[in-house]
Amino acid sequence: MTLGEIIDILDATVITDSVDLSINIRSGCSADMMSTVMYYHTADSLLITGLSQPSVIRTAEIAGIKTIVFVLDKIPDENIIELARQKNIPLLRTSFCMYTASGRLFQAGLPSCLGK
Amino acid sequence: MKFKDLTEELSLEIRTCRDGLRNDITGAYVSDLLSDVMGNSKAGEIWITLQTHMNIVAVAGLKNLAGIIIVKNRKVPDDILQKAEAEKVTIATTPLSTFEAAGRVYKMLQ
Amino acid sequence: MALDIENPIEGSFQIIGGNFDNAGEASSQLKNRLLELNVNDDIIRRATIATFEAEMNVIIYAAAGRLNFVITPTQIQIRIEDMGPGIENIEQAMTEGYSTAPEWVRAMGWGAGMGLPNMKKNSDVFKIDSVIGEGTTIEMTLNLT
Repeated sequence: MTLGEIIDILDATVITDSVDLSINIRSGCSADMMSTVMYYHTADSLLITGLSQPSVIRTAEIAGIKTIVFVLDKIPDENIIELARQKNIPLLRTSFCMYTASGRLFQAGLPSCLGK
Repeated sequence: MKFKDLTEELSLEIRTCRDGLRNDITGAYVSDLLSDVMGNSKAGEIWITLQTHMNIVAVAGLKNLAGIIIVKNRKVPDDILQKAEAEKVTIATTPLSTFEAAGRVYKMLQ
Repeated sequence: MALDIENPIEGSFQIIGGNFDNAGEASSQLKNRLLELNVNDDIIRRATIATFEAEMNVIIYAAAGRLNFVITPTQIQIRIEDMGPGIENIEQAMTEGYSTAPEWVRAMGWGAGMGLPNMKKNSDVFKIDSVIGEGTTIEMTLNLT
């Protein structure tokens, strides 16, 4: 699924400017606990989370997460947006909660990230 | 929809309070953060999480949630199971990920 | 594939307890070194997950700590020493899902009881040694060949 399609499905706003809408996202991972993101195979995934602090961006960098979407319209601080720009990780926000965001993407055909 | 209607679709294993399977499910809330669930979940929702902190039982009870689904078959400590049984909170485990468990419940509730 | 380097490459980082904002910085820099050396992506991923979890543990539990790494042609060796409270029961601490992290740490998305299991899972050799009241030392090795 492309980043452009995901933005449509989640009615999302792009927080980091100038993103490549053709980026291919292979799977979805919904989590607030960052160790899980690193435990399960989440490379090339979309991370759906309710947290927006620097360690979320670093987790994404290390786990190979392609894009992060913050639920419930959370807007991260400017230093976090800047860190994501440096790491080249697009950030989105959606007004949906984690349940609805996951549900809409799953229904549209985005698979879950692999177990291990 | 009743809690028990999710059993097959999510391959649930019921760990505590089987009576809760008769509960009506009005929706779901997905979060691993206790304060988020305290603040934003609504009575009758089923809570999908990988959080296995002792306080999940208290949060589910206080918010009158329909039950808790623990993802990825995470081990639930015995003291939590005992507390849940005593406070009549239904806990089930699923092998699915949070994303997929949420996705399947969402599809069923549409 | 063995790395084409003449001498081992070493690095060292200081980690300050409680400093969540810089969490992962040491791992991020290690990642860049490994990328420059053309190390395989999967090994980079495993090495940096292991060091990031180790960094997090120092930040959550200890006053301070130090992370050292040595990259040889055939191995990545990582050592993390902290001045923390020490671990009472290592076997219990290694159990997936077991955590003594306080609520404020969980509220930041950490303390799910997967840190030590993640380190073990992602390294080829994992050693942990802890003394109550003194601190914890973790040594991890990843083979490049």
